[in-house]
Amino acid sequence: MSEPMVKAEAVYKRFARQEVLKGITLQVLPGEVMCLLGPSGSGKSTFLRCINHLEKIDAGRLSVDGELVGYRQVGATLHELREREVARKRSEIGMVFQQFNLFPNMTALENVTCAPILVRKLSREQAGSRARELLGRVGLPDKLDSYPAQLSGGQQQRVAIARALAMEPKLMLFDEPTSALDPELVGDVLQAMKRLAGEGMTMIVVTHETGFAREVADCVVFMDAGIVVEAGGPSEVLEHPREQRTREFLSKVL
Amino acid sequence: MSSVPGTEPAGRPEDIRAVPVRRPGRWVAAAIVLVLAVAIVRSVVTNPNFQWGVVGEYVFDERILEGLRVTIELTVIAMVIGIVLGVVLAVMRLSPNPLLASGSWLYIWFFRGTPVLVQLLFWYNVSALYPKIALGIPFGPAFVHPDANTLITPFTAAILGLGLNEGAYMAEIVRAGIISVPSGQEDAARSLGMTRLQTMARIVLPQAMRVIIPPTGNETISMLKTTSLVSVIAVADLLFAAEGIYSANFKTIPLLIVVSIWYIVCTSVLYIGQYYLERYYGRGSSREGQTPLAGRMLRGMLAFGRHRVHVGPGGGERR
Repeated sequence: MSEPMVKAEAVYKRFARQEVLKGITLQVLPGEVMCLLGPSGSGKSTFLRCINHLEKIDAGRLSVDGELVGYRQVGATLHELREREVARKRSEIGMVFQQFNLFPNMTALENVTCAPILVRKLSREQAGSRARELLGRVGLPDKLDSYPAQLSGGQQQRVAIARALAMEPKLMLFDEPTSALDPELVGDVLQAMKRLAGEGMTMIVVTHETGFAREVADCVVFMDAGIVVEAGGPSEVLEHPREQRTREFLSKVL
Repeated sequence: MSSVPGTEPAGRPEDIRAVPVRRPGRWVAAAIVLVLAVAIVRSVVTNPNFQWGVVGEYVFDERILEGLRVTIELTVIAMVIGIVLGVVLAVMRLSPNPLLASGSWLYIWFFRGTPVLVQLLFWYNVSALYPKIALGIPFGPAFVHPDANTLITPFTAAILGLGLNEGAYMAEIVRAGIISVPSGQEDAARSLGMTRLQTMARIVLPQAMRVIIPPTGNETISMLKTTSLVSVIAVADLLFAAEGIYSANFKTIPLLIVVSIWYIVCTSVLYIGQYYLERYYGRGSSREGQTPLAGRMLRGMLAFGRHRVHVGPGGGERR
């Protein structure tokens, strides 16, 4: 069996006195798509942000591709990684946000080429041709020179996906990518994500789109109040949930 | 009776042509302003004490132009120092390191808390405080120790006084700009593998510029005129040059007019510069294209008497 891409063992995280994650244990294999479901405040987004060290975990072990997130282990002691090392690891993990977070002062093309030029030291031409290809793949070949304010929410989110892919990540994190979109725009974004899953990208998706989860996910995890309530294949968790809490949630979402 | 679709042939009704509301108050106010303006212009032109001939004689006087050069030089150097210092102080104040943050706070507190004129006089007299300035290892041996009097000329005293004081004000302007950028921008940049410094320099500051530029334009205009304070420490700026001339020939008023003309010319040039800077850093902030400067100013001036005005500082009302 292959080494897991993401492995969490008893991960705890608190903000001030509020414990947000209370012992998350799960793993994602390479090429797998995992969907995280749960009510707001259940810790899904926080867990996602811990995976690329935008948040520091307080206890437990979290590793990506066999390496601890944010630390190096020497014997029994953990050493914090330098900022540069953390940044390098983040550059291998793509992230897509609920509010898109495109850089508003840059065109779609500049949004996508910015990090490859700055972080990967690609030439403008290399980054540009790769960005054009990616923007074509998400269905926006004619929006290269548009600024984010001139694009619809769905188009912005697809630029954001292209921006993350431009770093050639080995793992993609999606934090409620369709929650801020008008219903009619959700489809295009999900389409781009399905295509990505079909190409074998390892993905963790926080979402309320159970249809997407059913169709694309290899594994569905239901979280509530900082713990994993239930995890399994989409048909198990979505069709035949064992836990009462899961059933309640699904009856409200569907 | 409700209308039933299909009973009337669909067609666009004619544009509304209504009699506009009369606004006599507006016309009266305009007439008063016009009369006042004519009276002022007339008195300025006809009052012989203005001595416009003398003004014309001295506008391009060599000493005046030399003073103007010094004024511009002081403004530019002091603003460059102020902006660089302001960015450093702002980033320090937002640093998680408490020593850096409080150091920046103290600096701002001190330099905003004392008048710039006092600071200028302090720097001018610094040799009384520190006769020798030593450069070397702190608390250790010094490598060079020049005399403070030769190092701090009136010009360097002016630069130090104006620049260091400006840094404190710019720090607050830059800080306001930085905190105006949503935190999601930083998340996005960090998730793409940018370091803290890259995020600040490439993502946060360029966006902060939209907020930073207007008050910085204000500061630059203010600085241009504040430089006139340096005449008290014997720096030969524009005002100092004029004072020199009128203390000899007693043509005080015309020379002060010459000075005013040059200050107003310089601020007008700064207006134009600020407009283009704002337009550059405003990229992507609106859905429409941007109108050129002349068009926008014209629209602002013509706004009077119109019913709908979108832009311009003119007297038009909204809606």
